[in-house]
Amino acid sequence: MSDATSTQNGRGLLELVRRTDPAVAMAFACIVVLLLVGSLYSANFLSPAYLLQQLKVASFLGVIATGMMLVILLGHIDLSVPWVVTTGAMMACAASSFGTLGVALAIPFGILCGVLLGLINGFGVAYMRIPAMIVTLATNAVAQGLMVVYSGGFSPVDFASPPMRYLATAFTIPGVPNAVIVWAVIGAAVVFLLTRTTFGRAIYGIGNRETAVYLSGIDTRRVVMTAFAIAGGLFAFGGVLLAGYASKAAQSMGDDYLLPAIAAVVLGGTSILGGRGSYLGTIAGVILITLLQSILSVMQVPEFGRQIIYGVVIVTMLLLYGRSPKVTS
Amino acid sequence: MSAATPLFRMEGVSKRYGGVRALEKADLTVEGGRIHAILGENGAGKSTLIKIMAGVVAPDEGRMSMEGREVAFDSPAAANRAGIVCIFQELSLIPDLSVADNIMISDPPRRFGLIDRAAQRRLAKEALARAGADEIHPASLVKDLPLSRRQMVEIAKALARKPRILILDEATSALTAADVTKVFAVLKRLREEGLALLYISHRMHEIAELADECTVFRNGRYVATYKAGTKSDNEVVEMMIGREYSHIFPDKPATISSEQAPVLECRNLSWFGRLRDISLSVRAGEVVGLGGLDGQGQRELLLALFGVLRGSSGKILVDGEPTSISSPSQAKDAKIGMALIPEDRKTEGLMLPMTVRENLSFAALDRVSRGGVVDRTEEVRLIDEMIKLLAIRTGGLDLPVGSLSGGNQQKVVIAKWLMNKPRIILLNDPTRGIDVGTKQELYQLLRKLAEGGAAIVFYSTDYDELIGCCDRVLVFYDGAIKRELAGDEITERNLVASALNIQEEGVGA
Amino acid sequence: MRDWRFWVAEQRGTLLAFGIFVVMFIIYVSNHPAGFNSNVVQTASNKAVLLAFVAMAQTLIVTTAGIDLSVGMIFTLTNCLASWIVIGAPLETAFGVMGVLATGAACGAVNGAIVIFGRLQPIVATIATGAIYFGIALALRPYPGGGVNEDLAEALTGKIFGIIPASLVVLAAVVLIVWVPYSRSALGRAAYAVGSSEVAAYMSGLPIRRAKFLAYTLSGLLASIGGLFLTFFTYTGEAALVSGNNYTLFSIAAVVLGGVSLYGGTGSAIGAIFGALAFRTIGDLLFVFDFDPLWQPLFQGVVLMLAVSLGALALLRVRNRLEWFR
Repeated sequence: MSDATSTQNGRGLLELVRRTDPAVAMAFACIVVLLLVGSLYSANFLSPAYLLQQLKVASFLGVIATGMMLVILLGHIDLSVPWVVTTGAMMACAASSFGTLGVALAIPFGILCGVLLGLINGFGVAYMRIPAMIVTLATNAVAQGLMVVYSGGFSPVDFASPPMRYLATAFTIPGVPNAVIVWAVIGAAVVFLLTRTTFGRAIYGIGNRETAVYLSGIDTRRVVMTAFAIAGGLFAFGGVLLAGYASKAAQSMGDDYLLPAIAAVVLGGTSILGGRGSYLGTIAGVILITLLQSILSVMQVPEFGRQIIYGVVIVTMLLLYGRSPKVTS
Repeated sequence: MSAATPLFRMEGVSKRYGGVRALEKADLTVEGGRIHAILGENGAGKSTLIKIMAGVVAPDEGRMSMEGREVAFDSPAAANRAGIVCIFQELSLIPDLSVADNIMISDPPRRFGLIDRAAQRRLAKEALARAGADEIHPASLVKDLPLSRRQMVEIAKALARKPRILILDEATSALTAADVTKVFAVLKRLREEGLALLYISHRMHEIAELADECTVFRNGRYVATYKAGTKSDNEVVEMMIGREYSHIFPDKPATISSEQAPVLECRNLSWFGRLRDISLSVRAGEVVGLGGLDGQGQRELLLALFGVLRGSSGKILVDGEPTSISSPSQAKDAKIGMALIPEDRKTEGLMLPMTVRENLSFAALDRVSRGGVVDRTEEVRLIDEMIKLLAIRTGGLDLPVGSLSGGNQQKVVIAKWLMNKPRIILLNDPTRGIDVGTKQELYQLLRKLAEGGAAIVFYSTDYDELIGCCDRVLVFYDGAIKRELAGDEITERNLVASALNIQEEGVGA
Repeated sequence: MRDWRFWVAEQRGTLLAFGIFVVMFIIYVSNHPAGFNSNVVQTASNKAVLLAFVAMAQTLIVTTAGIDLSVGMIFTLTNCLASWIVIGAPLETAFGVMGVLATGAACGAVNGAIVIFGRLQPIVATIATGAIYFGIALALRPYPGGGVNEDLAEALTGKIFGIIPASLVVLAAVVLIVWVPYSRSALGRAAYAVGSSEVAAYMSGLPIRRAKFLAYTLSGLLASIGGLFLTFFTYTGEAALVSGNNYTLFSIAAVVLGGVSLYGGTGSAIGAIFGALAFRTIGDLLFVFDFDPLWQPLFQGVVLMLAVSLGALALLRVRNRLEWFR
């Protein structure tokens, strides 16, 4: 199964078609289907304004799913999304209330908090060899504890800084929400990281066979820890953007992003076992999930129906292209 | 046993995997009370043949019959019920369960519907005794046992199934010398009891000792069956490879002057009883072989040199300087310049789903990148160089490396390391499972690298290789170097004698 | 006799979990203002038992080298269902209980079918099915409400002979009736084998699919017992997303604390029970030491982090660095 990392620039369209991961193609096909279904319910659905709005909403999930993708490519998982997102948001807002210096440093500070939490995850997974699932759960609990202590148990009161709001809600290019540009920049950076750097090669290698990468003389532990740290930073950045969007942080703002982030990455063709997947797929997965959620709300499906349809759609799509091979020798 | 109807017969059986013909119209006849050896190169179809017999895969065409009645197996369980049991290389043991659980895994004795542990333990003890392994405690967990014990448990497990045909697929490769003797005695006794035994191995001396008749396969096709002892080793190899064969090893140069300073040296290297006081030195241009039976510490030595083992005592010197190597990334660094071709290419040397190109540059990423960013042009240049140097045959650089043949995969592993221009090359049984043609190419390559100034340490389980390729051989026994053989002293007799810790005739203690 | 030493080696995880729990409980009880009396034990037990059932359910899946992220939702779904049907005359109540248990088992079976026949990875499949089960729970109880047969509820959440909490007795009964026979059956052992090495299990001719299916179905059943008990405690059904998710995540923590390996093949539900009990006691310890409740979540998180780091101590004994990688 070829993956998009080996695509060289300047190859023809035919080559592109040959190398396209069927999963990614499926995901985009499903997006088209969803768009058609949505347009049946509301003529507005296919309007550029609405689609850009959807892209904006997708951007927040997109930034978070990017971090999740890095971790899943390694063959691990990160369950600390809920409270790392919230920590990023709350800490950025907290910094905003410290005068001009605070406002200027709010966004980096929020991201830094995420990076630190990611480092804890990374250290636990890479150096202490604790299963990622449980380390990240513990980090999530610790982050929650820290935020509860910080906020005194009350809802966060600090407001988002103007730069945060600018990133999340304003329009630098007329018509294109800033959030989308932010996602695009991050996406481009991650694609570069994954396809053109030694770090990216190491990530794919580790997801495939960490032993072989180690014996090839690469410090796999450092790579894993760094990847978790980047992921933590991205989760926190997602929280910063969300806080900018809502003008303030909220206690359980991150809860709604964990499972959709995992689902988006997997629906985009990235194998949950690691070592395989392209960022294009993650983009498709994020848009897919966002569209699905918005269609369900446009159709005014009651909450219970949304949950059921959400689950059924994910299972169906996975059955189409996410199946593991049969176990033989 | 009736002479007319054989116990088992396979006729015209074929199996294809994708476009590859693994087995083509194969025939085989198995009689009870005899040990039947199956020989062939890797890729000759032996493993496919056994998998079909053992019910692991189903054939595309052909028929199998037992005592004249046609049979077909849709799972290993079905084959077991028919009395065909296969002993793999510890692939079928469950690590987290106890020995008794493993031996009685398929059909445990029951009481009130639940597993009767007392009866199970009793039956396990009997099976272990039958296999000559009664010192293994039935309650110990398989994952806590060393490899050779696990193999014995695997044998006991097969015997507990009361087989009529027992297939052994390279089943003795991990055993200690003492265990091999015991197992052979058990197999001979089973033969007397009327069991039919199929023995797959490429160790000629084992086949010579055990087999009654031998069948050769080549390229998935049946070649010949002959009575054991009626063909010379060379004739047999010729049947296996289908062309004239003679050991072709490159010429060895005159001995390297011992005044030349060694590139790699270790003094009193020890590691938890698996390595005991190892002292050796390797000079540039030398090929030093590690001999002895499997599992005597050769692999551990290579791992220790490469920085994978922890807690070793003693000194390692590179270019005369004491060096502490604590990781492969340190070992491959230009100052030390080591490379290790690992034991198992599929799990330690390659990332099978990744492309040939990606695998090739993995150890030399620093050379093809600047500031962490990969320089594609430089990478392609170096890769092309390597592919030419090693004559790697691949359908395309962007195909997954798992699609290459075993020999070409091993070439990729070696090429990967050569891209780094190493000065010290450690090889951990590199020709295991490789076809003869590729082996010859590798021997030439090793000699060329040595002539280019590399210091090579070469562990092999094949005596011919040690004799043909090495300037010196260090024979291991129980973690220590029992004897050093140089030049003309490297003969099969000396190798075997030192490996078994027997004093050579006429040579002092 | 060397035999008991092997037994200890096999039950390492469970014994350690038991030890941790006992230590914590002693600290808790000896510092509790009311001291060691049956009421203290009963309250503690009632809270912990819920997580214990969910943890048992998770154990069954984890030992097959899978993970079930829907287990908290089965718990929630059966809670909501019970608040509808476990009500009325004794016969109706009995049918209601059976209906709840059957639903739990069915949920588990659906998970199993998707994982086994769909060949999907358990982690992603159960994310999706969890959403479906939560949706059904929400359909049953858009708002908290409903009721339950109060006599039954009181009996099962009260005390037996005035001392022993009934919930503990039920827990023990479930262990004896469900877990022990399962773990000693051939299919149960096959499930362990699958978790330990699916390839080896196949080569050994084990009934992999049947074993997994049984594990998933029983897991759903155990989660539903937990849901039933929640109804007995709260007398209502509530489809709370946060609570359901928490139970799922805490069950993973309990399972790890209980010495069950997330890689599959080892560990016992009994260990998971002690892991759950220990986990719950951590929270209670703060109350007992008069800590500001504000610090409780942080304390719980740090203790969890320390507890799971204990396993890393084994790393110090690693002599061949290749053992770091599985």
